[in-house]
Amino acid sequence: MEALKKFSSSSLFLPLVALAVLIIFNVIFVDGFLTIQMTEDGRLYGRLIDILTRSSSLIILALGMTFVIATSGIDISVGAVVAISAAVVCMLIGGRGDGVPEHSMVLAMLAAVLVGILCGVWNGFLVAKLKIQAVVATLILMTAGRGVAQLMTEGQIITVYYKPFSYIAGTIPGNVLPTNIFIAAAMVLLVVFLMKKTSIGLFVQSVGINPNASRFSGINVTMVIFLVYAFSGFCAGVSGLLESSLIRAADANNAGLNMEMDAILAVALGGTLLSGGKFYIGGSVIGAITIQTLTTTMYALGVSADQLPVVKAIAVVIICLIQSKRCQEMFDAWKAHRHSSTDSGTGEKAVDKA
Amino acid sequence: MEKVLLEMRQIDKIFPGVRALSKVDFTLRAGEIHSLMGENGAGKSTLVKVLTGVYPRDGGTVLLEGKEIAPRTPKEAQECGISTVYQEVNLCPNLSVAENIFIGREPKKHGFIDWKTMNKRAGELLQRLNVNIDVTRTLDNYSVAMQQMIAIARAVDVSAKILILDEPTSSLDEQETQRLFKIIRQLQQQGMGIIFISHFLEQIYELCDRVTVLRNGELVGAYDVAKLPKYELIAKMVGKELSAVEKMDALEEKSQPSEEVLLAAKHISCTGQLADVDMKIHKGEVIGFAGLLGSGRTELAELLFGINQITKGEIEVRGTTLNIKNPMTAMKQKIAFCPEDRKEQGIVGDLSVRENIILAMQAKDGMFRHIPYKEQVRIADDCIKLLNIKVSSREQLIRNLSGGNQQKVIIARWLATQPELLILDEPTRGIDVGTKAEIQKMAIALARQKGMAVIFISSEMDEMVRTCTKLIVLRDRRKVAEIANEDVSSDNVMRAIAGGEA
Repeated sequence: MEALKKFSSSSLFLPLVALAVLIIFNVIFVDGFLTIQMTEDGRLYGRLIDILTRSSSLIILALGMTFVIATSGIDISVGAVVAISAAVVCMLIGGRGDGVPEHSMVLAMLAAVLVGILCGVWNGFLVAKLKIQAVVATLILMTAGRGVAQLMTEGQIITVYYKPFSYIAGTIPGNVLPTNIFIAAAMVLLVVFLMKKTSIGLFVQSVGINPNASRFSGINVTMVIFLVYAFSGFCAGVSGLLESSLIRAADANNAGLNMEMDAILAVALGGTLLSGGKFYIGGSVIGAITIQTLTTTMYALGVSADQLPVVKAIAVVIICLIQSKRCQEMFDAWKAHRHSSTDSGTGEKAVDKA
Repeated sequence: MEKVLLEMRQIDKIFPGVRALSKVDFTLRAGEIHSLMGENGAGKSTLVKVLTGVYPRDGGTVLLEGKEIAPRTPKEAQECGISTVYQEVNLCPNLSVAENIFIGREPKKHGFIDWKTMNKRAGELLQRLNVNIDVTRTLDNYSVAMQQMIAIARAVDVSAKILILDEPTSSLDEQETQRLFKIIRQLQQQGMGIIFISHFLEQIYELCDRVTVLRNGELVGAYDVAKLPKYELIAKMVGKELSAVEKMDALEEKSQPSEEVLLAAKHISCTGQLADVDMKIHKGEVIGFAGLLGSGRTELAELLFGINQITKGEIEVRGTTLNIKNPMTAMKQKIAFCPEDRKEQGIVGDLSVRENIILAMQAKDGMFRHIPYKEQVRIADDCIKLLNIKVSSREQLIRNLSGGNQQKVIIARWLATQPELLILDEPTRGIDVGTKAEIQKMAIALARQKGMAVIFISSEMDEMVRTCTKLIVLRDRRKVAEIANEDVSSDNVMRAIAGGEA
C-alpha cells in the first residue's frame, strides 16, 4: 500500500497511466496488438516493436526538447534541423544507382550530427547571448532550415541506394531488433549518465526556476542556456539520420515535418511544465511513446492520415486536462465535497510550513 | 490654514501573516506638499495603494472633502479626484504624447477620435506646465524627465484634487528635478494637495511643507518640515528616541579586525549607481554599509561581487588588482554574497533545501565535477545543524520554509563555499526577532573564530551598531563618512546620514 502511494505521487505516474490506458484500449480493440512474431530472416515484428521503432526519433528529439523547456525556453526548429541533417547525410553518401557511397557512411553520419549541433549552436547564440525570445529565435531556423536543406539537395529528393544506410532505421542482418531502438536507448542512457555524473540537471532546473538567483549563485546562466540549445540541435541531428534512413532518402520538404510539435507535446505529456523548472526525462520518453502509440492505434482502427490530427488533438486535450493542476484541484474539491465529513486538505500545507 | 482635503482615519490593512498598516492617520490639506517617509516596509506604499484603491482596506475611514469615499480600483479613485504618478512611468512609448495623455478618454466626434481637438488640448495642457513639445510625436522621443511631466500632465487633467508622486525623481538629474519641482509648486498654488514620496532627504526639505512618518505599519507622527531637523526625522524613521540612543548601543563583544587588508576599493564608481567610493576591509572584520534605502549600499556590495562592473577606480583583493567581471570571479576570490531580495535573487523555490545549499559550491566546482549525492547530503545536514535551520527534511522544497529559515539556507549556501569575505545584504529583513539575533551573532562569530571578513548591510540602525566594528556611511550614492570602533553609535550614524547637521 505504501509503495503504491509512493508510486502514485511520483512524477512518472500520470504519464504511465496515460500510456497504460492507451495500451489497454489497444489490447481490447486491436487484433493481435500484443503478438510478436519472428520473420524468416530472424527479425522480430509486431505492433509493439513497430511502435518502439517509430517512436525512436521522437524520443531523441524529446530528450533535447526537455532540457530546452526546463530552462523555460522552446526550440521549434528541430523539425527543420532534422531535414537539414537528413539532407547532409544523404548528400554525402550520394544517390548513385549502383549503391556505391561517395563518402564513407560513418563520415557522412558524423557530418550530419555535427551540422545538427551547429544549428543548435546558432539557436543557443541567439537565445542565450543575444537574448532573443526563444520562440522567435528558433522560428528563424524553423522557416529557413527547410530552405537550407533544399539548397543542399538542389531541390531534389536524394534517394540513397547504398544498402547499409537503411540499417540505421532498419535491422542489421543478424539482429532481432531494429537499430534505431538501440540508438534511442543509447541517447537515453547518455542523458541519464549526464544527469547522474554532472550537475547539468541541477543547473538547468535552477536556471529554469529562478535565473536571477542562479546568477547570484555564480551559475553561468548564458552558458547553461546556450548548451541546452546546442544539445537540442545534437538530438535533432541524430534524429535526422533515423528519419532519412527510414525512407532511404532526403526529402527536404517532409523530413521531420511537424516533429517539433510532437516533441513539445511529448515533453508536456511527460509532466514537464512549459514554464520551465523541474523536468522529467523519463516522462518525456514515455510521452513520446504515448504519442506514437496513439498514432499507430488510429491507423490500426482505420482512421485516415488526414483525420488523424483531430483524434490526436482530442486525446491530447484529455491527457492535458488530467494533468492540469486546476483540474486536479477541482477534482479534489469535488471529492472533498462528497466526503464533507472528513477534514479538508489544508493540514498538509500547515505541516510543511512548520 | 487651508481647508482639509483628505482625511484618512485609523486605516488598517492586513496581509496574510502581516499587519501592514495599523491604525494609521493621515491628513492632507489643499495647497500642501506632504511627504510620506519611512524605511522600506514601513507602509508608505501600502497606504498609497489603499488610498488609490489598489488594495481594499481592512478598517478605518477615508474622507475626501468631508465625504466618505471607498475607491475599489485606481479608476474609481481617479474619478474621485485622486491620481498617481508612479516611479516607473507607465505610459506607452509607441503612442504619441497626445494619445498618452488622453488614452481611454479620447475626445470623440461622430464616434471617431477627434485628433485635432485631442492634439490641441494636449498642447494646452502641457503649456500650462510650461512644457513646449510636439504632442504628435511618439513618447519615446522624449527623455524620462519629460515623460514624467507628461504623466503628471495626464494625472492633472484627469483629476484636480490630489496628486500622488511616488519616487518621481529617482531617475532624474538635478536640472530635471528642479524643473519638476517648479511644476509641482505651480500645482500647489492651484490648490492641489500633493503627496510626495522620495528617499532623498534633501528634496523633502526643499519641497515639502509637512511630513508624515511611518514605521512598521504604524504612524509615528506628522510634522512641519521646517520645524523638524533632518537628524530627528531620521531618528523617527529608524525608530529611536534620542535619549535612548547611547544606552542601546552598549554591546558585548565585537569583531577584532587584523592588520591584513583583504579587499580594498579605490575610488570606485559605476555610472548611475555609485560615485567615488574608497574603502578597505580587513580580515576578521565585520564592516557595515549604512545609509538609507537607495543610498548606494546594495550597489556597492553588488560591485564587489561582480553583479555589476565598476566603470572607474580599481578593486584590490589581497593586494592584487582585479577585474571582477562576474560573480564567478568574485567567488574564486572567496567572496560570497547573500543578496537583498531573498525571493528574487536568493532562493530557487522549487528546489530542495539540499540542492539550494550546494548550488553555489557546485557552480564554483563546475558542471563536470559533480558533488556526489552522499557528499551533498553530508554538507546539507552539517549546515542544517550548524545554522539550526528548521526543516522537516533536507529534501523539503525551500519555498515552503519560513523567511528566516530560507535566509539561513542562503547563508548556508555561501558558507559551504568557505568564503573569506561574506557579504550579507539585509540578512534580517522580514524575519523574526530570534532569528535576527542569531544571524547577528553568527556574523560576529564568523569574524572572530574563523577570521572571516563580513560586510553587513541593514536598514536597522541598532543592528548595524551592535554588529559592526566599522561603518561606511553612504548617502545619495556617495560615501559620506567612515565611523570606526568607539565612535560607532546610532547617534553618529544618523548625523552622518543627515549630512553633519543636528
